[in-house]
Amino acid sequence: MTPRWRWILLAILTVLALGGAGAFAVDAYLGYRERSTGPSQVATAAVLPTGPSVLFRNTAAGEGYGMLASVALGEPAGPRTLTGTACDRVYRTGATVSCLRTVRGISTTFKAVAWDTGGQGTGQESEWALAGIPSRTRVSADGLVATTSFVTGHSYAADGFSTETVIESPDGRDYGNLEKFTMTVGGRELTATDRNVWGVTFANDGDTFYATVASGGSTWLMRGSLSARTLDALAENAECPSLSPDGGEVAYKKRRPGTTPAEWDIAVLDLGGGTERTIELEDGIDDQLEWLDTDTLLYGQPRAGTVGDSDVWSIGTTPGALPELFIEHAWSPSVQR
Amino acid sequence: MYLSLSDWRERRQVRTDAPGTPFRLSPVVVSLGIVSLLTDISSESVAAVLPLYITGALGLSMVAYGFLEGLHQGLSAVVRIAAGYAADRTDRPKPVAFLGYGLSMLARVGLVFAQGFGAISVAVGADRIGKGIRTAPRDAMVQHASQPEHLARSFGVHRMLDTIGATVGPLLAFLILFLVPDGYRAVFIASIAFAVVGLAVLGLLVPNVRLSARPAAGSTDTAGADDAAAPETAGPPGEAVPGQLPLRPGFRTLLTAPMRRLLAVAGLLGLLTVGDGFVYLALMEHGHLDPLWFPLLFVGTNAVFLLLAVPLGRAADRTSRAAVFVLGHLALAAAYACAAAGGTLAAILGCLVLLGVFYAATDGVLAALAGERSPRGAQSTGISAAQTVVAVARLAASTAFGVLWVLFGAVPTMVGAAVVLALAVPVALWLVAGPGRPAPTGTASRPEDGEPAGADAPSGAAR
Repeated sequence: MTPRWRWILLAILTVLALGGAGAFAVDAYLGYRERSTGPSQVATAAVLPTGPSVLFRNTAAGEGYGMLASVALGEPAGPRTLTGTACDRVYRTGATVSCLRTVRGISTTFKAVAWDTGGQGTGQESEWALAGIPSRTRVSADGLVATTSFVTGHSYAADGFSTETVIESPDGRDYGNLEKFTMTVGGRELTATDRNVWGVTFANDGDTFYATVASGGSTWLMRGSLSARTLDALAENAECPSLSPDGGEVAYKKRRPGTTPAEWDIAVLDLGGGTERTIELEDGIDDQLEWLDTDTLLYGQPRAGTVGDSDVWSIGTTPGALPELFIEHAWSPSVQR
Repeated sequence: MYLSLSDWRERRQVRTDAPGTPFRLSPVVVSLGIVSLLTDISSESVAAVLPLYITGALGLSMVAYGFLEGLHQGLSAVVRIAAGYAADRTDRPKPVAFLGYGLSMLARVGLVFAQGFGAISVAVGADRIGKGIRTAPRDAMVQHASQPEHLARSFGVHRMLDTIGATVGPLLAFLILFLVPDGYRAVFIASIAFAVVGLAVLGLLVPNVRLSARPAAGSTDTAGADDAAAPETAGPPGEAVPGQLPLRPGFRTLLTAPMRRLLAVAGLLGLLTVGDGFVYLALMEHGHLDPLWFPLLFVGTNAVFLLLAVPLGRAADRTSRAAVFVLGHLALAAAYACAAAGGTLAAILGCLVLLGVFYAATDGVLAALAGERSPRGAQSTGISAAQTVVAVARLAASTAFGVLWVLFGAVPTMVGAAVVLALAVPVALWLVAGPGRPAPTGTASRPEDGEPAGADAPSGAAR
């Protein structure tokens, strides 16, 4: 091949490759415009449901994608109310709503927004920056907000990630990063440097909470005290705990031994008796559990074949229970009883 | 250190008096730089959005993602040395580099279709392996195409282009996501397109040279490194007589005295290099620094790096590459001190400038040093060995630093690291030049073994 032909071939390849990618991007842009302004693929309602409801992130294509939505608790498959508030993760306890979101831009950032729904309409809103990608948020009965974000490496060479879990409140109470709490496993203090904390769930007494602590490839379910700034291990191999409405049980993800990449089942620990039961799942679970009622759990599952869409499933808490579709095109459920 | 510095200054005096070969930028270096630029746009655009894609779009947790990262790191280091060795053994670096770039491109095609976590891990792993394969053969080609007396400057040009790509990649990705919020697939397709063009530039414009072949006119004897090693070993294995095939490279060929000392110094300094992440974290310890700063810090560091890569490479050629490489770590020590000083705007700007200086003074210069100190026919192996030593040492440093961070807190640890690194620099200077070296007896003498011909001796033209 002569040098001249090499240059011609390179020019042709460049035009084809970059032109093709450009065309794809324009198509994706037009498709997005159509999807985000077109009618939603699910039935919607204009009025917020009164009474018990489930709050979630709407992942149905069309208008309202990625927005905060809600359905009546008694009619999860019924029409949903869409709001104009974008949330990656959402939770509500009482009147306080916490919403974690991605702020897109040339420098993509993340923030937490919390507000008080006090009666009707939007109340006081406060917001603060998150250190990384939103992962989970929970709200305590007295208005404390727990946020977990994934902080990924910024340097070209640095890899891996760590979690940053912070408990604070719009009214100024601030317990800081939970990694700084004193942790014990079997009575011995855990001083490892690679400690990561995530998956906070609050009890109703204003002090107790449960969380996952990871270090050196192990994970523990730990019981924490806000006033004493401590975390003590209750069980090993437990992630993303969720305390039952009556405070008697904790449900969490349990990693199947020897799975790489990791696969998880659901486990429920009876806090009174200390017994654990496992609910094995055919498809596994990689989301956080939320209690629908004292006998039923909710969790999200990505929809096979569709990037960016997911469904919320429900499952009983006895071994052998099978998951059932609860809300289609939804993510991050939060139950308001 | 005072002695070394004055010694260095003196030698520079001598050298600037001697007329050198004028710098002529090789088109091969530019082509390889453009290949790296396009490939970095491709890889960095994906790397920037991958965590978001995995958690936000696919709805997977990051926990498992982090679990596999260590595995990829180890894999990349092993593959890197093997690929450098393969390039030397076959004497043809281009096919090996092509394989590496090609594998990374295929990995990105796989990413478009990967949905489960396992598939994504495989795609990310394949990309890492591709990066491990391509780096050393590519640097050997840069070295082969460069004039020995302007080696670090040529590497500077290459690293400048490379860094432009690494800066543009994330910006392009976030621009696409800004316009199309769920446009991850558009980012991946754009990434593939840039990888394809990069591969095409490599395949069509870069000649398939033999490493043993004499470089084109305009450059002088590259066998200088062998001459330098000659007194140390009886008949060094890599010794090349012009026109004769080189002996098979082996890892033993690396154990010439200058190379041993370089690996020791690179390892020593690598053990005191704790990574940008900690510098940024230390800045944040001083208060609620808006996370908005982090991507900007990264861009700012890269901007300084790409602006200074060529001037510092040039300075290294004129003075001493080993000295510039080692003294570059003073900028890193200063960056630690800066990070410990506080989260003011001045400290933040100081940090990013100093980190940029550090990269510009060390990244390409290390490749140039390793290349010039490797016996002919073993340059790819030599370069990959030096880069692997640095990578492994930095990994160990970050782990150890994490322990100290928790034990003593951010500021004392950062100050401690700065002090230890500043103290290590004179030791490294002494070590890299070679303990007990004979004093130079004049410009006509053979170069001291710590500074082979390419680095310090007046060029052949001047003789």
